[in-house]
Amino acid sequence: MTFFEKLGSVDRRWIFLFIAVAVTIPLLTGRSAPVIPSPIVQHLFDAIDALPPGSRVLLSLDFGPSTVPENLPMASAVARHCLKKNLALYVITIWATGPPIINTLMNDVIRADFPDKVYGVDYVNLGYKVGNQGVIQALNTDFKGQYTMDAGLGKDLAPQPTSRIAMMKPIGGLRDFQFIVPIGSGFPGVKEWVQFGGDVSGVDVGGGVTAVEAPLLYPYYPQQLSGLMGGLLGAAEYEAALTQAYPEFGESAKVALVRMFPQTVAHLVIVGFVVLGNIAFFAAKRRARKR
Amino acid sequence: METLQLWIGALLTLMIFSFLYRDNPFYKFAEHLFVGVSAAYWMVQGFWNEIVPNLLAKLFPNQMANIVEAARGSQVQSHYAIAGILGLILLTRLIPPIAWLSRWSMAFIIGYTAGTNLTRYLSSDFVTQVQSTLSRPLITGSGANWFDTLMLNFSNLVIVGGVLCGLIYFFFSKEHTGAFGKMSRVGIWVLMVAFGASFGYTVMARISLLIGRIEFLRGWILSFL
Repeated sequence: MTFFEKLGSVDRRWIFLFIAVAVTIPLLTGRSAPVIPSPIVQHLFDAIDALPPGSRVLLSLDFGPSTVPENLPMASAVARHCLKKNLALYVITIWATGPPIINTLMNDVIRADFPDKVYGVDYVNLGYKVGNQGVIQALNTDFKGQYTMDAGLGKDLAPQPTSRIAMMKPIGGLRDFQFIVPIGSGFPGVKEWVQFGGDVSGVDVGGGVTAVEAPLLYPYYPQQLSGLMGGLLGAAEYEAALTQAYPEFGESAKVALVRMFPQTVAHLVIVGFVVLGNIAFFAAKRRARKR
Repeated sequence: METLQLWIGALLTLMIFSFLYRDNPFYKFAEHLFVGVSAAYWMVQGFWNEIVPNLLAKLFPNQMANIVEAARGSQVQSHYAIAGILGLILLTRLIPPIAWLSRWSMAFIIGYTAGTNLTRYLSSDFVTQVQSTLSRPLITGSGANWFDTLMLNFSNLVIVGGVLCGLIYFFFSKEHTGAFGKMSRVGIWVLMVAFGASFGYTVMARISLLIGRIEFLRGWILSFL
């Protein structure tokens, strides 16, 4: 058996080990990857950045724990951006697995980084609403009817009727928002927010999705989506745009940027294996032909 | 409590990762636990977020007022009983002699979903998509500089040409020969590039999840120190 034939039949567990090492070692260094925002992410950043103070932004976290490494940095960066710009932030989810993620965002990002912002005035947690795209459709005309109660802040603030919350008073339907930011990882997600939310209400939609879903969403840009963060790279690009415009976020908004370094190394290893696999394949084929 | 959560999470992560070496009872245990916990979570969420506020609170507002704040002082909405009955007869699938009753609920669900989705998909995914593809100017001078303009024109050409060639590949009413066949061949290449991009993105997604788990395990190991 030649070297290349041996290479072609290498135990796949060696490949797993290589990938694990390729991810772990760069991650331990804590280095950030140099990332430049692509036009599609920069457009999303610019669209939010151009909103005047007091504009109402609806942030929908439609994902579960399995995609937190990709989706949460997107949500955190957008929330930081909105609160820095003094926009009114309404956080909801139409995924049953969303409420614990909203709590994480509220505690680790909003309350930690913006202690001067007031719940019910600057931001609100409206929690989970069942009904998939039906909810989005209903929100077009009857937002308060769908959200009669908020979700509060865990142990620190009990849920209360939305009629008592100041920032809920001007909201009748989706048209009363200036921007909708869905962060999703499947159904219902960004696609449904475009179809049933943005296209119906005329409100600008721009969001983030997992890398698996990103190629399916790009056709909506730029007419139906103002911008899109595709996977961890999209999150890192948004963080890069944010830290470039607001250097004070240099330390807090670099989760995805740090994760992009092991991501890059792992991709190089995978590309290397693809090249070696092809060489082994053609070498074996050539040898068989000679025989 | 947090330490216990961290330990449970870390051990279950390691059990799942052990499958990469080979199938084993630890992996099986973690897999079954995940399925069971997920099913229970969805059932609890469905009951407290759907059945209680959207059905029981509408039918019995006074009795549910202590649980659902919004039900306090509201009137009984008896037409919600229809939804309750449709929900209950869905369960008749478990009783073969009257299983046919569940078809009414299914017909309602399918009819509502098809009716809701049809117009939106037609508008957002067909009409608007066709419009935004065909309204792209093949020659434009709107770029910031000559290079941007060149790239913009090239992108528009790739999108419009790629869509046309991709559609021709799936058009089987005419033999794929001559110029038509060449465009069909380009269509295959467009599809291959699209599949390649999808594969690349999928790899990125999976590596991202691995990074998330390794970060979690690092936090677990650091908790010893």
